[in-house]
Amino acid sequence: MSRIKTLASAVLATTLTAGLSTSALAAAGDPVKIGIMLPFSGIYAQLGEAGRDGLKLALKEKASALHGSPVEFIELDTEAKPSRAPELASSLLNQHEADFVIGPVHSGVAMGMIKMLRGKDTIMIIPNAGSAAATGPLCAPNIFRTSFSSWQPSYPMGKVALDKGYKKVYAISWNYGMGRESLDAFEESFTAGGGEIVEKVLLPFPSTNFQSHVSDIAATNPDAVFTFFAGGGAIKFVKDYDAMGLRGKIPLLGSGFLTEGTLQAQGDAAEGVLTGLHYAEQLDVPKNREFREAFNTEYGHYPDIYAVQGYDAGQAIANTIGQLEGDISDKQAVISTMEKLTIDSPRGEFTFSRAHNPIQNIYLREVKDGVNVVQSVAAEALEDPARGCKL
Amino acid sequence: MSTELFFVQLINGLQYGLLLFLIASGLTLVFGVMGILNLAHGSMYMVGAYLVWYFVAVTGSFTVSAILSAVIALGLGILIERVLIQRLYNRNHLDQVLLTIGMIFVFNSLQSILWGNDPYGVAVPEALSGSVPFTDNSSYPVYRIFAALICIAIAAALYFMVSKTRLGMLIRAGESNREMVEALGVNIKSLYTIVFAIGVMLAAISGIIAAPMRSIVPGMGESVLITCFVVVVIGGMGSIKGAFVGALLVGVISTFAAVLMPTMSNMVIYLFMILVLLVKPQGLFAK
Repeated sequence: MSRIKTLASAVLATTLTAGLSTSALAAAGDPVKIGIMLPFSGIYAQLGEAGRDGLKLALKEKASALHGSPVEFIELDTEAKPSRAPELASSLLNQHEADFVIGPVHSGVAMGMIKMLRGKDTIMIIPNAGSAAATGPLCAPNIFRTSFSSWQPSYPMGKVALDKGYKKVYAISWNYGMGRESLDAFEESFTAGGGEIVEKVLLPFPSTNFQSHVSDIAATNPDAVFTFFAGGGAIKFVKDYDAMGLRGKIPLLGSGFLTEGTLQAQGDAAEGVLTGLHYAEQLDVPKNREFREAFNTEYGHYPDIYAVQGYDAGQAIANTIGQLEGDISDKQAVISTMEKLTIDSPRGEFTFSRAHNPIQNIYLREVKDGVNVVQSVAAEALEDPARGCKL
Repeated sequence: MSTELFFVQLINGLQYGLLLFLIASGLTLVFGVMGILNLAHGSMYMVGAYLVWYFVAVTGSFTVSAILSAVIALGLGILIERVLIQRLYNRNHLDQVLLTIGMIFVFNSLQSILWGNDPYGVAVPEALSGSVPFTDNSSYPVYRIFAALICIAIAAALYFMVSKTRLGMLIRAGESNREMVEALGVNIKSLYTIVFAIGVMLAAISGIIAAPMRSIVPGMGESVLITCFVVVVIGGMGSIKGAFVGALLVGVISTFAAVLMPTMSNMVIYLFMILVLLVKPQGLFAK
């Protein structure tokens, strides 16, 4: 079944020629091959589609920067299954000879892709997966990320908590990479400033049986709670927290994914929740307003953070090709050009760190009337420490 | 753990256990009466939750949506039994497993096509949205108390139906000797249709009741299915009383395990199941 799907996607690989000026530089040579490895089915399908749509919008807007090269997309569905990642990445590398590979959403899939693509001539751009290893111990010249590292949204929240006068914090998340790394990043800045983690709970992923823990929080009575949950778990946790009467009594802080794409389902229960993230839909940046309208015109709905990250991956490709005047045959030149880019992102401008992770602002947001309202810049031009990266 | 927190967690555990019973009751009823192992039972729970979410969005009323969803689930149960399950009565469990696993895939795909993959939530109905003061700084939501009471009421109704009504008598008779019941002139075919449809409706009702307390996400059916099987195996396959006791035990044990050893909490109920099976290989209330 999955093999048929792979074949079908490959056959359906679309060639985007419309919108490209044929009169641009005569040397309209080989197409730029962009492999897309995102989940288009399963629990993360929505995220995969958003990333792809953002990517394609950027390449369409910046068609003139491509110097007449047509773009060929090869879309493969990862189904967010880590076990399929090496096989798919290998087919993009060897069979399709992709110049760029965009993916994935899921950190587990990222590990499988990196295993295959690390040190190769194909440039890999991660438009979501926040795993620390990708721009840490496993960093490589040809691996870039346009999203975030798990450390980035949570680290500034320790200082936010201290500034609010919270001394004792209860930390809770799922026991997997992103969950552990988020709590550790928070703890790092919070304890350095004199705060104390009174309890650190790691639940098996993806268990959402939170009620007993919420009761435990009530009994512990900390100054605040810090958490990382996403998707269905984020909805359930915030609702349970509210249902047990803790909202308004014990402040709830989190990594931004707690209230990203979940606010409608959380309803009033999310009011007042404080989170840190590198983006907010209502962010007051001209590029953001422009991007949101362009995306809506193209696809008929407004973009989310995953679309922004895909869009920036597309911008990174287009700007690199533009600066190299269409010649991407020298991969060393491609890497050194991309490293030096400043991306005019809807989240605000960012550059790449030595480990190729965005150096970006993290915004403190508070949920008000069902919207993540930016309160302040929690950390300006924050760079992931890239522990273990030898670049 | 203070005495106060102990009682708080005990109540959390019992409330979770009651919901587990409601989900598991349909599974054990269908197995006990018809000998059908319905792996798609969790999907019916998912269908209930998605239906009520959809109807609340359309009608705005939780009560209307809940009734509509339950009725649709009953209809769906009749349809599935007539079209698919009926062909399996004389086949072995492996064939039943294959068909019902296939149904899981079908329902998951239907969910994805009809309602998309975004996580959803249902607001607690207005009349039940309050909470009662509980401990110093927490309160207990009225809806959860209501949900627990509904579960108890349904458990009582099931008990009454099985042990005191004519339908219950037929069900019990059908369980012990299908041919004899048929020979006495009872239409066993329609009896089976009714039982299966009730099983599906019970799963859907638990999905409906759980909807305002949980998040409505793809794959929610599979996660409850496994816990349900643990409940039914501990209680004894086919025993309603067993499902009730098993569900409360699993609810309380997993709640305390979650607090006392969070990283191992998922394992604890399986360890408990192994212990029970070592002592009583057929489960606590096997026939």
